[in-house]
Amino acid sequence: MNGWVNGWAETVRLFGLSGQVSQSPRIHALSPLLIEALRGPGSGSGLFDRLFTSPNNIFSPQSLPAHEIFRLSMFTLIVTGAIFVTVSSLLLYAIVRFRQRPGEADADREPPQIYGSNQIELAWTVIPILIIVVLFLSTVRVIFGIQQAPEPKQALNVQVIGHRFWWEFRYPKYGVITANELHVPVSSDPKNPLPTYLKLTTADVDHSFWVPRLAGKTDIFGGQVNTTWIQPEATGIYLGQCAQFCGIEHARMLIRVYAQSTADFQSWIANQQQTAVEDPGAAEGRVIFEQNACINCHSIAGTVANGRFGPDLTHLMSRDTIAAGTLPNTRANLEKWIKDPDAYKPGCLMPAMELSDQDVKKIASYLVTLH
Amino acid sequence: MTTIPFTYDINDDPWVLPYRGTVGMWCLILAESAMFLIFVVAYIFYLGKSLSGPTPKDVLELPIFDTICLLSSSLTIHLSVHQFQRRSRGGFVGWLAATVLLGIIFLLGTAREWSDLIFKHDFTIHTSLFGATFYSLVGLHATHVAIGLLMLSIVLVLGILGKVGEEQAHRFHALSMYWHFVDAVWVVVFLVVYVIGR
Amino acid sequence: MADSIPLSGIVDLTPDEEHPRLWLQVMHDWIVTVDHKKIGLMYIAASLMFFAIGGVEVLLMRIQLAKPESKFLSPEQYNQLFTLHGTTMIFFVAMPILFGFGNYLVPLMIGARDMAFPRLNAFSFWIYLFGASLLYYSILGGKGVFGGSGIPDVGWFAYAPLTENGFSQGNGSDYWALGIFITGIGTIGTALNITATTICMRCKGMKLSRMPLYVWLMLVTSVMALAAIPPLSAAQIMLVLDRHLGAHFFDIQAGGSAVLWAHFFWIFGHPEVYILVMPAFAFANEIIPVFSRKAIFGYPAMVAASVGIAFISFTVWAHHMFTVGMGAVANTAFVLSTMVIAVPTGIKIFNWLATIWGGKIRFRVPMLFCIGFLFQFTIAGLTGIMLGVAPFNWQLHNSYFVVAHFHYVILGGIFFCLFGAFYYWFPKMTGRMMDETLGKWHFWLFVLGFHLTFDFMHIPGLLGMPREIYTYEPGHHWGIWNMIVTIGAFVQAIAVLIFVFNLVRSCFKGKLAGNDPWDAWTLEWTTTSPPPSYNFASEPTVRSRRPLWDLKHPEEPDWEYELGTENEMAAK
Repeated sequence: MNGWVNGWAETVRLFGLSGQVSQSPRIHALSPLLIEALRGPGSGSGLFDRLFTSPNNIFSPQSLPAHEIFRLSMFTLIVTGAIFVTVSSLLLYAIVRFRQRPGEADADREPPQIYGSNQIELAWTVIPILIIVVLFLSTVRVIFGIQQAPEPKQALNVQVIGHRFWWEFRYPKYGVITANELHVPVSSDPKNPLPTYLKLTTADVDHSFWVPRLAGKTDIFGGQVNTTWIQPEATGIYLGQCAQFCGIEHARMLIRVYAQSTADFQSWIANQQQTAVEDPGAAEGRVIFEQNACINCHSIAGTVANGRFGPDLTHLMSRDTIAAGTLPNTRANLEKWIKDPDAYKPGCLMPAMELSDQDVKKIASYLVTLH
Repeated sequence: MTTIPFTYDINDDPWVLPYRGTVGMWCLILAESAMFLIFVVAYIFYLGKSLSGPTPKDVLELPIFDTICLLSSSLTIHLSVHQFQRRSRGGFVGWLAATVLLGIIFLLGTAREWSDLIFKHDFTIHTSLFGATFYSLVGLHATHVAIGLLMLSIVLVLGILGKVGEEQAHRFHALSMYWHFVDAVWVVVFLVVYVIGR
Repeated sequence: MADSIPLSGIVDLTPDEEHPRLWLQVMHDWIVTVDHKKIGLMYIAASLMFFAIGGVEVLLMRIQLAKPESKFLSPEQYNQLFTLHGTTMIFFVAMPILFGFGNYLVPLMIGARDMAFPRLNAFSFWIYLFGASLLYYSILGGKGVFGGSGIPDVGWFAYAPLTENGFSQGNGSDYWALGIFITGIGTIGTALNITATTICMRCKGMKLSRMPLYVWLMLVTSVMALAAIPPLSAAQIMLVLDRHLGAHFFDIQAGGSAVLWAHFFWIFGHPEVYILVMPAFAFANEIIPVFSRKAIFGYPAMVAASVGIAFISFTVWAHHMFTVGMGAVANTAFVLSTMVIAVPTGIKIFNWLATIWGGKIRFRVPMLFCIGFLFQFTIAGLTGIMLGVAPFNWQLHNSYFVVAHFHYVILGGIFFCLFGAFYYWFPKMTGRMMDETLGKWHFWLFVLGFHLTFDFMHIPGLLGMPREIYTYEPGHHWGIWNMIVTIGAFVQAIAVLIFVFNLVRSCFKGKLAGNDPWDAWTLEWTTTSPPPSYNFASEPTVRSRRPLWDLKHPEEPDWEYELGTENEMAAK
């Protein structure tokens, strides 16, 4: 991991990005989180890795649907690559071989006029048709394999609700509601797959759920429920983001998927099922929270706050980031965010509540107790 | 200038291409058909999906009389064109006047229907999906009827004033194509909205 | 004389104006003109102006994206810019410039004096300009009563329900819908005109099978436009009804469907891209044969392939919607139609290759651009096939891979042909040649910039970068590639500036061209450069696809080949 951090820092210096980057301390703070997501194959510091690895690399699948897509993509690349090489070689040869050479004897005479050839034209109609038949059949197999995969009994069901500009995740079986960071059990035994099925709905406009290393994207359209599934095979963090333009802060609607061992997952669930921690030391902050308009948008289980417009905050401190990945979840950032959300996510739908600095500090003191 | 010998197929046969007005009108009909198709698709897609408000069965009556008027106007304009080609000014103007009259009756019928829907049943474009698709589709058609009537009236007036001559024959024919198209669209709208949809 | 192709040198062409005219008189002349040539030139000039505007828009966007977390633009500004950029380039640049060339060339190529409906032609141009100005007026229109964005910021395909009142206060969506709707009226008018002209106004002897392929493709394009643009207009009417009369076409709360907008849009949107590419093919069909010194290989197959593409293009639209949740069967159907359309497209490329094969290639600037087109369009078509493989699409959709793909088609394919067309027909339009050296600078710089930008743009897409985002975090490794992409954009801008400089300068200082500077074969090269207002003194008569070739090569005229094939078919 150190090699990776060095590699990244070097890249930053190399391309003069540091000027821009150092102005935002949160960027440096975010990098350990991103780097963590890169743990796995290809996270060395060589040039190839620095250029071509990415936490969102579609060619680095870690889940069954993503693997299927990867295999089909490679086959497609081979076929199209072969076509490219053939056609370009012919073109290159033609423009070299058949150029007009002014010095030649018959440079001024027109070449023989050839208007067509039935055999050649037939050949180059039939051969592409054959190529397409092969490509088509391979494609159909994968389409049905992914979209009509039978859902095993042990699959986890999560309801995903896209909002402008954050993600709501509900686990109906467990009665858990959380935001932006999706915890799922890892599926380590191929004979007993443990996929997570996601039912995608929206609270407002169109969105799209895309975590490249886990699956292809599935759009979210109002008036219908789309279903997709992931089956992460290694523990770790997988990154993604909204992939259908949904408005001003579409760019900051990030997804973090935490694939955990069954034990870790169950203990996460157990914690999420609790009502909010009641720390007497933070009572003042809780009161201010409850007396302000915060409760109109946010919920904290066990208190009077039960707004559904914004993310559920009951276990806020179990998350690594806030504002759908915009900032790392630290006390300092919470204060800054509450004071002026627009400074970090301009156009997001959380207004600045015009609270005094003192009140903000107290609310933050309360929020940091919500583990 | 050249010594290329003649060949058998060209130069002596008359070179006749279609009249540009007719081709232009077919193009317009293609474009308008594409537009109407989308509104019809939307109508059919949203059938039965309204969450509230009246259903087609509740508020729509078969507009038999209006339909007969409009479809007859296709016949009358055909007769008018025929009379025009036979250079009978009286026949041309008479049948054209009948066409315009029938078209106006149709529009008045639509107006009456809408007035009933809006004031008696409180059913507007805003009421539901059915409202949105009904008024837009029928309204789009009615707009095309109105524009057609405007054009036909201009020709009628010019005809009465004696300013329409033989040279305009194919132009008038192209205009009648538009009118036939409007009628054909009504057949589709009638079937989709008043027959299948109810 | 039986076979007459009037060589206008024989006719007296003393210019009609001996005295200098006031500038106002000249302006008036252009504003009221119904001459297809002047209207074509106005389309081209207006499109170039919007090209500059759209270019500035994208350069601003590229500066913003060159580094992660850049603060150069606000999210609102960025979203407005990409909306305007896409809308401008497609509706106010690409369509009008291609139809503008069509306006200029079609009557000349078929031996006609003007288009079928000259006044409709003029109307179509001015309504296009009005619609485009209406959209840009949104910048002045300001925040409106509700304080929302005046400038549309909903993306160029404006997915509902984002465009509905609830999510787009302000009039941005209205400007978008109405501006394009009005421009669309102009496009339908021109399409109607070109169709009627090609069917009804060909000169004597020019059967459909003797029309230049350019004219064939413009005919096919026009018929497609007649069928493809009204669905967009219909959807825009529905949107405006939703926003202002309380209809519910795309209103989820009332049971409406957002996916319906996507269907309607792409039923327009996919044929639209073929409407853009066919005129480019049309240019290639004229330029490649002339500079290879050979007739086009497989004329009937080219016609059949073009018509085939036109029909199939109306069946592939939902390959833009593979991720929408249509289900496996629907996805499969659209994969099939998408792959099927690759066959006639491939046939065309092979036909061009075969035209070059065995020829005597002259590497003048128009041909350079066409060779670039062949190479790049092949790549674009292949990335299109990748996108047509639905599961692959589930990763690539709405990522920078798609952005790279369609710019490869539009810029690498269509605009390369377009630049070639400029250099090729500029002499006909102005009587002067464009500078060859500057042209080669333009070509090579543009090739460099184009490949820097769009080759490397595929990579962030593969690394998971979605499109339509105003910024991104560092650590995804998208920053390096975006920086390269941005540099390429500026290189392209310089190349375009050289082109414009060449264009303007050559109007005054270019070498005189004469009637037929390229030794070409179609009817427009029989007139003077520029042609007189009436095009042809008397209606030409033709006996083959290449009337000038027959005149220049009486020992092996095209009509002999035509006669040969007719006899073959009669004998069977």
